[in-house]
Amino acid sequence: MPGVLVLPAVLALAFLLLPLLALLVRTPWRSLPSQLLSPEVGQALRLSLVCASLATLICLVLGVPLAWLLARATFPGRRLLRALVTVPLVLPPVVGGVSLLLLLGRRGLLGQQLDLLFGVTLPFTTAAVVIAEAFVALPFLVIAVEGALRGADRRFEDAAATLGASRWTIFRRVTVPLIAPGITAGAVLCFARALGEFGATITFAGNFPGVTRTMPLSVYLALETNPEAAIVLSLVLLAVSVLVLASLRDRWVSGTST
Amino acid sequence: MTDPCEKRSGGVDHGVRAHLGVDRGAFSLDVDLDVAPGRVTALLGPNGAGKSTALRALAGLVPLTTGRIDLRGHVVDDPAARRFVATEVRRVGMVFQDYLLFPHLDLLDNVAFGLRARGTARAAARATAHDWLERVGLAHLSTSRPSAISGGQAQRVALARALATEPDVLLLDEPLAALDAGTRLLIRSDLRHHLADYDGCTVLVTHDPLDAMVLADDLVVVEDGRVVQRGAPADVARAPRTEYVARLVGLNLYRGRSDGATVRLDDGGVVSTAERRDGPVFVAFAPSAVTLHQVRPDGSARNVWPGRVVGMEHHGDTVRVRLGSEPPVLADVTAAAVADLGLGADSEVWAAVKATEIRSYPA
Repeated sequence: MPGVLVLPAVLALAFLLLPLLALLVRTPWRSLPSQLLSPEVGQALRLSLVCASLATLICLVLGVPLAWLLARATFPGRRLLRALVTVPLVLPPVVGGVSLLLLLGRRGLLGQQLDLLFGVTLPFTTAAVVIAEAFVALPFLVIAVEGALRGADRRFEDAAATLGASRWTIFRRVTVPLIAPGITAGAVLCFARALGEFGATITFAGNFPGVTRTMPLSVYLALETNPEAAIVLSLVLLAVSVLVLASLRDRWVSGTST
Repeated sequence: MTDPCEKRSGGVDHGVRAHLGVDRGAFSLDVDLDVAPGRVTALLGPNGAGKSTALRALAGLVPLTTGRIDLRGHVVDDPAARRFVATEVRRVGMVFQDYLLFPHLDLLDNVAFGLRARGTARAAARATAHDWLERVGLAHLSTSRPSAISGGQAQRVALARALATEPDVLLLDEPLAALDAGTRLLIRSDLRHHLADYDGCTVLVTHDPLDAMVLADDLVVVEDGRVVQRGAPADVARAPRTEYVARLVGLNLYRGRSDGATVRLDDGGVVSTAERRDGPVFVAFAPSAVTLHQVRPDGSARNVWPGRVVGMEHHGDTVRVRLGSEPPVLADVTAAAVADLGLGADSEVWAAVKATEIRSYPA
């Protein structure tokens, strides 16, 4: 094997794993239980899980139909639309937060109307956290589901049509079950992305304990005042990430082997 | 069931009357079909001849470019009149080549799917589906997933699923192609019985002449999107009009009753087979398996028939000789053999076929 390739490869591996190792090494294992049970951690964890779950739900409800449209419909500008959908994927999250503020902020394009007509202000609320997370995570779901739709055997849908099933029945009873592994994978990715969201959240939703201070925000803040708490919070996020990765692996294996 | 000529909402029921024109750039399909209720028409042709496209057009999965489709009195596709009825509204049942059973549903829910989609209540749909699984002999597997059953079983479930909705028209796309030779035998005779019980119109697509001859009442041979010959299977086999048809359906095929290794043919004559079987059978052998002799051969061939030459046609390098023997036999021999034997019209010759060259199928 050429050393010229192996050496950088090993370096890359070390580069990826050593920081995580450092996190594990520096974890205050003895005080871990009390840290985990502290109200601040509990509050941030609960808020994070609730917001990420809601964001994932929103992404499923809106993203699956969008993926279906991109995969199945033919209309002019479909490729451009597809490219636009992926923009939040490469956009710096803080820019996403600023954009959301300009649209939904109290003086924003839509926010102004919301405030005037319904007295609703979104920024710096828990709803804003969910919106920011959904905005950043939606492309992950759309891309995963669109890929699953393109890979699915459409002749099953033909068979369902010959049996008298309407387009909606086919979607519900044939298409969705067939691409369920893809939808699950997309939802898990989406959830992981939402859970780790920082930039858009802090910009659009701010940083209020119990209202908008999610885990990543808590980590960042705790680092200044209580490094041990920051490490514990980070460890929890790492554990969640590993869980996500493990569940995805299973999904992908079962998704390709059937 | 309904009287075939009863006036239906759309018009008079003439069965299936279709002129199928589909244009796809380099490929174009132009096929006429006329299938009376209770009849089975086979579209026979090589891969890529457009048979499956014709079937998909009947099902509404491919729109016509030109022509018209009348299914049992309902005009479902007529581009000139801008009329197109969607697949799910046409009362067709279709069995796909690889069956396409829904992998996420058990067999019972697969068969019940069409009934549920057409609005039957869940319990009633499942009861009917169970009856159908019973009819195809698979009721004991009703909770199995499609991935757990064999190809032959999947074929029967697919047929049950298509028939459970009581379609006006049954479409079969290469229904036996995905099966291994042994299973094919059984399923073919099974399918024959189910088709005999079905009183709608059946259109069957196959590239296997034997399937077509055993299963169909009428044969439509399609090549490059065009009909090259049509008629009763026996007539087409006896008098192929093109070299392609001759090669494709050139088959000595008879019906008879088998008693061990001896088959008494319904139209006279006796054939010895290598396989032992009892009851009604089809027996078939290729014209190339027949050898011709000036005197009675005393070799190993078990089937030896004297006969008079009633026809000779050149098909490329071979000559197809038709013998007025009992049973009548088609033989493919080389031009050199014709010269050696001094064959001409009315020559007396002996035809011989080894028992091992003869296939028999339960009818």
